[in-house]
Amino acid sequence: MSINYLTPAFLIERDKDRCIDCQVCVRQCANEAHRWDEEEQRVFSEDANCVNCHRCVVMCPTRALHIKKFPLEFRNNANWTQDAMRAIYLQAETGGVLLTGMGNDRPYPIYWDHMLLNASQVTNPSIDPLREPMELKTYLGRKPDFLKIKKGKLLEDIPPQLELDVPIMFSAMSFGSISLNAHKSLAAAAKKVGTYWNTGEGGLHKDLVEHGSHTIVQVASGRFGVDADYLKTAAAIEIKIGQGAKPGIGGHLPGEKVGEEVSQTRMIPLGTDAISPAPHHDIYSIEDLRQLIYSLKEATEYQKPVIVKIAAVHNVAAIASGIVRAGADVVAIDGFRGGTGAAPLRTRDSVGIPIEFALAAVDTRLREEGIRNQVSLVVGGSIRNSSDIVKAIALGADAVYIATSALISMGCHMCQKCYTGKCNWGIATQDPQLTKRLNPEIGAERAANLLKAWAHEIEEMLGGMGINALESLRGNRLMLRGIGLTDRELNILGIKAAGE
Amino acid sequence: MKRVYAREEYCVGCKLCEIYCIAAHSKYKNDLVKTFKKEAKPPISRILVEESRPVSFALQCRHCEDAPCTKACIVGAMHKDPETGIVTNAEDRCVGCWTCVLVCPFGAITRDERGHKVASKCDLCSDNGQIPACVEHCPNRALVYSEYESNNGKK
Repeated sequence: MSINYLTPAFLIERDKDRCIDCQVCVRQCANEAHRWDEEEQRVFSEDANCVNCHRCVVMCPTRALHIKKFPLEFRNNANWTQDAMRAIYLQAETGGVLLTGMGNDRPYPIYWDHMLLNASQVTNPSIDPLREPMELKTYLGRKPDFLKIKKGKLLEDIPPQLELDVPIMFSAMSFGSISLNAHKSLAAAAKKVGTYWNTGEGGLHKDLVEHGSHTIVQVASGRFGVDADYLKTAAAIEIKIGQGAKPGIGGHLPGEKVGEEVSQTRMIPLGTDAISPAPHHDIYSIEDLRQLIYSLKEATEYQKPVIVKIAAVHNVAAIASGIVRAGADVVAIDGFRGGTGAAPLRTRDSVGIPIEFALAAVDTRLREEGIRNQVSLVVGGSIRNSSDIVKAIALGADAVYIATSALISMGCHMCQKCYTGKCNWGIATQDPQLTKRLNPEIGAERAANLLKAWAHEIEEMLGGMGINALESLRGNRLMLRGIGLTDRELNILGIKAAGE
Repeated sequence: MKRVYAREEYCVGCKLCEIYCIAAHSKYKNDLVKTFKKEAKPPISRILVEESRPVSFALQCRHCEDAPCTKACIVGAMHKDPETGIVTNAEDRCVGCWTCVLVCPFGAITRDERGHKVASKCDLCSDNGQIPACVEHCPNRALVYSEYESNNGKK
């Protein structure tokens, strides 16, 4: 191939008045977008290699760098956009599936931004969370249909519950897809704030066993790293059926990422590809799922809640109902904007449904069937801020899962190149030169700060509504009004329009 | 005494410590752009990042209890402050004989031959009366300024 039809995506601008040729950018870019010219004694940039991760921009001590969209214009065409054409150039060259990382970035409507929250005025008092107690405590797990009480004591044990100080958990990201330092950061942050982190499907590294009481371990189709100790160490077990970024698709961790630590943790040979099949080959029906749920409960002596995680797809309400009846204690639903370390681009951008609809549909269905109490609902798939969480709780969620926002708190700049293994922020990589860029002390502090900040904001919004416990907001859709939505959308969300 | 300790597991090899060290000892104190653009010969970094990828760490004078350089110095320029414990070189008296360079067990003294030949070494930014510039600007807390070794608690 003599020429490459793909022009650079980004332009690196170097302010010559500020650049001191210190080469920090050269040393920090794993994509080799900056290089030192010995003869000229100065730094040059290779625009074509830049993925716009901002590592050099943030590290540059004199703020001499800016990254811009490459200024090359294509002839205006509303149909054949630059993205559409560039994808074809790339595929014409490689003959391969287009890969990407992180969540769906297409301009689909974001329904969180079409819902507004209520506040108290005159007829009911608002509450100041700085002066009055405010309860965010959340228990996840199956709740009994009724309580048998005799002489002030419960006659039957409550099924196992997860106790959360904030209604936010870190969702599943495997060791392999992200670095051990990222896992250490999440685990320590979860412990600090009183919530849980999730191992993802790649097993639990031996250094993190001490955080077991704040760990949700995942059992996915590849069964990596699963043994009796793994299950017993954890606070809860999650069966992963699907992932919002790539519903219906399995996973593939390339052999080059399977180093000594990943290989031991996943219990697979060094340097071999770790392939998670698309389905669990022992689950082809709700009845099969029930068998796995009860095998896991049996293995852990019915002491730990079992979560079943699915992607939000068209029939999500009926599927969730089946999962509850199969014995799950918690159903986790991942919306179509959920992130990933690697997914086929077309699947990521075109498969699944928004989490807002999935949540409303599932909560409504479970209530109609009278089984909502049998399960807790956890939703994820692009929870971007605390008001998204408040809206999710009002729509019917018990808690939320965050992953992308947690990674952003630790430095991710959403360049969507996780699948290359060259994450300059030390998150989505196993390269020892890069993983040490994430100091888990700093990562844990920043992720914990995010949760604390959001908890404060949730308290403020609750107080404004005159509510002093999150429990009172749960499923209280009267606290929501839709804006800019059709009747059909309002109907599915089960909320009134603003002004009604 | 407080010393700078390196935590190599978090050193990203960016060498920002060297850059800020240079600026801290320039006549345009802490102004990076002026230090590198206007100084005819910017100072030599007194901290050195040793690197053999993926391992890297920053090394500077350990301010030894029983500093060999102070004993080796033929003109008494190298001295240890009895109160602070900081080892500094009185550059006006230094004759550039490099005996200190020879005896330093850490290789933490370098030759500064930009003008009057002097031995260049870490002074823990003692002029500033604050935490050393390298520690302050390390982006990943790979340098700590403390009484004790961070990893195993040894002095």
